[in-house]
Amino acid sequence: MEQNIAVLVSAILGTTLLVIFAAVARSAKTTASPDDIASATARWRRTVLWTLVLLFVPVIGYSLTKMPYPSGGQPAVITVEATGHQWVWTVTPDTVPVGQPVEIRVTGADVNHGFGLYDASNRLITQTQAMPGFTNIIRYTFDSPGTYRILCLEYCGLGHHTMFSQLVVTSAK
Amino acid sequence: MTSTATSDVRVPSAGAETAYAGAPPARRNGLVAAYMGITALVLALLMVFGLLMKASQAGVITIPPNRFYQLLTAHGIGMVAISGLGGAGVMWYFLSRYVDLSPAILLANLVCFLLGVVLVLGGIFVGGFAAAWTFLFPLPAHSQGIWGAGATASYLVGVLLVGVGFLLLFLDTGRAIISKYGSLGRALGWPQAFGRSTDEAPPPTVVASTVVTIINIPAIAVGAVILTMSLVNAYEPGFRVNALLAKNLIYFFGHIFINSTIYMAVIGVYEILPTFTGRPWKSSRPFLLAWTATMLMVMAVYPHHLFMDYANPTWASVLGQILSYTSSLPVLAVTAAATLGNVYRSGMKWNITAGLLFASIMGWSVGVVPAVVDGTIAINRVMHNTLWVPGHFHTYLLLGVVAMLFGFMYFLGQMTGAVDGALDRAGFWMYVVGSLAFAGAFLAAGAMSIPRRWAVHLDPWKANDRVGAVFALVVVVGAIVFVSNFLRRVRAVAA
Repeated sequence: MEQNIAVLVSAILGTTLLVIFAAVARSAKTTASPDDIASATARWRRTVLWTLVLLFVPVIGYSLTKMPYPSGGQPAVITVEATGHQWVWTVTPDTVPVGQPVEIRVTGADVNHGFGLYDASNRLITQTQAMPGFTNIIRYTFDSPGTYRILCLEYCGLGHHTMFSQLVVTSAK
Repeated sequence: MTSTATSDVRVPSAGAETAYAGAPPARRNGLVAAYMGITALVLALLMVFGLLMKASQAGVITIPPNRFYQLLTAHGIGMVAISGLGGAGVMWYFLSRYVDLSPAILLANLVCFLLGVVLVLGGIFVGGFAAAWTFLFPLPAHSQGIWGAGATASYLVGVLLVGVGFLLLFLDTGRAIISKYGSLGRALGWPQAFGRSTDEAPPPTVVASTVVTIINIPAIAVGAVILTMSLVNAYEPGFRVNALLAKNLIYFFGHIFINSTIYMAVIGVYEILPTFTGRPWKSSRPFLLAWTATMLMVMAVYPHHLFMDYANPTWASVLGQILSYTSSLPVLAVTAAATLGNVYRSGMKWNITAGLLFASIMGWSVGVVPAVVDGTIAINRVMHNTLWVPGHFHTYLLLGVVAMLFGFMYFLGQMTGAVDGALDRAGFWMYVVGSLAFAGAFLAAGAMSIPRRWAVHLDPWKANDRVGAVFALVVVVGAIVFVSNFLRRVRAVAA
């Protein structure tokens, strides 16, 4: 979902910018009054500025309601302890039920690691840093059973790319 | 876009030339030529490192993980440092038109840089240090026996030495600017931006250089603090630093320094592009306000690197997101708009210099979009430390700051009377199209959730890697054309 939004927004706006730059590059062989162009540029600058401001305010406001940080509310029934070591994860327990809030408490035993949780289609669904001296908490409710993979998303030395683990989500009984 | 002979260039006015202060032109040109010659060589080498890494991830060649992560570390720290060196060359060349800079300090920076590079490379390729350019605490001292304290020390002291050189340089630019304009505020055009002064504002080069000076002095000082603490930790493990504080220090330093490389190099656009279009780049009120806003925002936006450190204060993350968005406004509404307005129906004729400088603003602007998207906390949750991140920064570094540096090199070459040829034109298109496609492959990989900084990729990821490797090769070939061209001209430039 978020990945699709990122791609769509970047593709549309990025392509628009490329087209504008290409069109202006092609126009350069013709001439027009510098004063006219300067005043037109000032108008465009104001238009771009206010368009972006009007776009940004609701986007920022809405997206900040979707932050992944844990806040008050109902404590999760199930707690998972996940610790990154060079170069292995310990995850206890490694099985949780579907449909129930899970609190994943993530830390690093030695250096910084990144706890990246991937679904069965290998799509990243959430993450947090695994830091020595800190416990970062993910609250997540799995809506489908299956095997979720854990990959390291913070470079942690020679075995960084070997840090795989898994969390099994079982069907509700 | 076609290339033409040097007669297309409207050489800067005699007034600008006679305004040169300080070092005699021959010495100034020699030092700047040395800066840009070294920049050209190192850029080519580091791009080859990048190509090798991508080819290895694609399974085309095999690089052992220890060597891969050494290349990764060298590529990262090297690109940051060489962008700084090249940017400093651009800034110094043009700033010396307006203020009295010290060539001895410029030389001292170069000496510190070269000594630092020797130590960094020794630490990496002799000692085996491979903690990535970010050297996140306490990884430099926790290698599991892969590298020792000596390698860590060599790397950290090398980076520290490079930082000392740049600190000297920025102290000198600050001294020279204050000597000429009376205060940093005046050099930023504050009397014109916020007051009722009708005096002519300082030129764009002075405004940008003042911002670069102001932001880099605290950034380098903070970088020196965490480098020193990491160094002590390497030899005295009992001396520990709060890992979250260390991250804040590293990203404050790193974010500001790498952004300042763009701010230094964009001075070349301000100074050179108008010589083609005949439309001077003016320090208008929006320009002055944009630079002051940029100065403040770039020093406060770095928490967007720490969105996934949930322990960091939430207010800092919220501030990081808001400033990530607002930081795009000066780029898109001022720099990009001014560039488009400068070129639009100007009657200019294109050559490689103008093409690269124009393309650099395009790359910077386009790269801002996925960067802002990633600066959204809710999206960062599934994009952070995936290949989306190198996707956006390669767009505005490879096709932004590095294109600015190559454009400046071509400008220096054409000032000697050199003419672009068919090979240069081929190199231009390879570089621009290749960079867009290469960065696009990274972004696509990020959307596929492929993690960054993995020496070995899973089979389903390798198709993307192969596409990336092909376009990386195209970029490297284009860059080698630029580099070989400049190196052929560098003796004439120095003279």
